[in-house]
Amino acid sequence: MAESMAGGKQSLVDTVLSQTEDQQLRTTNVENEELIELDEGNLLAINENKTDTKDFKKKGENILLSLTRDATQALFNSLWKIPVEQKDGAYLITLPEQKTWMPREKPVPKKKAPTKWEEYAKSKGILNKKKSRMVWDDQSQQYKPRWGYNRANDDTKDWVIEVPDNADPFEDQFEKRKTAKKERVAKNELQRLRNVARTQKKKVPGIGLAPTEQPSKDHLSKALAVAHKSTASIGKFTDRLPKEKPSKFTGKKRKFEPSIGNLGNEKEKQLKVLDSVSKKVPTINVTKAANRMLRQDEEKRAQDKQSKKTPKKLKGRKASLGLGKPGRQGGGNKKTRGKRKR
Amino acid sequence: MRPLTEEETNTFFEKLSKYIGENIKLLIDRQDGSYCFRLHKDRVYYMSEEQLKIGSSAAGESLLSIGSCFGKFTKSGKFHLHVTALDYLAPYAKHKVWLKPSAEQQFLYGHHIMKSGLGRLTEDTEQYQGVIVYNMNDLPLGFGVAAKSTQACRNCDPMTIVVFHQADTGQYIRDEDTLT
Repeated sequence: MAESMAGGKQSLVDTVLSQTEDQQLRTTNVENEELIELDEGNLLAINENKTDTKDFKKKGENILLSLTRDATQALFNSLWKIPVEQKDGAYLITLPEQKTWMPREKPVPKKKAPTKWEEYAKSKGILNKKKSRMVWDDQSQQYKPRWGYNRANDDTKDWVIEVPDNADPFEDQFEKRKTAKKERVAKNELQRLRNVARTQKKKVPGIGLAPTEQPSKDHLSKALAVAHKSTASIGKFTDRLPKEKPSKFTGKKRKFEPSIGNLGNEKEKQLKVLDSVSKKVPTINVTKAANRMLRQDEEKRAQDKQSKKTPKKLKGRKASLGLGKPGRQGGGNKKTRGKRKR
Repeated sequence: MRPLTEEETNTFFEKLSKYIGENIKLLIDRQDGSYCFRLHKDRVYYMSEEQLKIGSSAAGESLLSIGSCFGKFTKSGKFHLHVTALDYLAPYAKHKVWLKPSAEQQFLYGHHIMKSGLGRLTEDTEQYQGVIVYNMNDLPLGFGVAAKSTQACRNCDPMTIVVFHQADTGQYIRDEDTLT
């Protein structure tokens, strides 16, 4: 009985299965599977099967649908070949590497603009040396962070500071250290802001004139220019000194003539300049006049010399100085006699 | 490349007039075409209008030289003449110095001119007047500044410097890399 029951059930299942196979469930077979290109990583299937144009006109969209169905089926067939794992009642597979590279959705992020220091370091070939985060702290005999909270070698925790040589003994060294630190921080912040302004191509605001210990001549003239302008009317009514030169630091930009402009006009301008240059030469040349006087004197002396040479008799000093005839010797008084003549 | 400003023209002409006086006019106002001075990288170049037009199509950074260089402006705004200007200075020279053949080489090596090397000298040259230096065959060798006036030259001894060296044609070899 049981056997017959079993046999009857079996036949029933078979018949049902055969019926469903034929009518309700569709096949997982795909025709021309080798022509379908699969990319499981992207869940992508490309069907390269060709369709007949006549067929397409007759059947229309159905052909497209069947092509799509083939491709999708082929994709899922291959997906089921990947080892499946079960987790919390769900089937999971790990997709392989993608074969087709998709274009990015968003543009590639722009590189961060280098800071002024980074630019400088690059131009000089300075490389960043990696330093360890932890540093040995001698006082506490353990490793501590290089910076930040609970840092090693923290000089703000010093309870006494040695007064350096040549320093004012009444100066507060703690205060000095604190202000130095504050200034460093402020400078760094200013440079950071400048970097930001530079990358956004905005005008970097000037900080005016910082006080210096040894102001230069340039510094002083800058300070003067700033002081001139620091009135309610931007220096329009500021009195000038009688022979004051216009400041170099007016902030005005130089303007030049175009390179290829009116050449005739340019020539005229240059001739005008030439006129003014030639006028500068003084009409009475002092050195020239002095030279002329010297020359006249010289000529006169030369004439005198010649006229004095003519008398034959020369006595005393004149003869000893060599003004007389070259052959004659031993003139003059006892003192000069016999001495070498120059 | 740009034309000189009025201030620059002034300093430039003042320097030129020490050598060629009012003959600068002959450089500006030429019969054979229009010529001009242009400033490029602090150097003053003298060129014809055609050269200017061709040269202005070149990018400023890549333009090395155009026409002939007269000299350069220093950072403090003074003007220095270069040897390359000699071709234009020599024909219009106001004051000249001729060198003895023995002193020629010394000058071409960049030394000052001593009285012993002096062949001839233009009459009434003042002290610190720009002079063009020639050899005895009237070939321009360079230029300099008179250290002594003609009058003072007569009475000085042979080893005193008479003309300060400024530029000589030997620089074409010595300063080949910096001349433009």
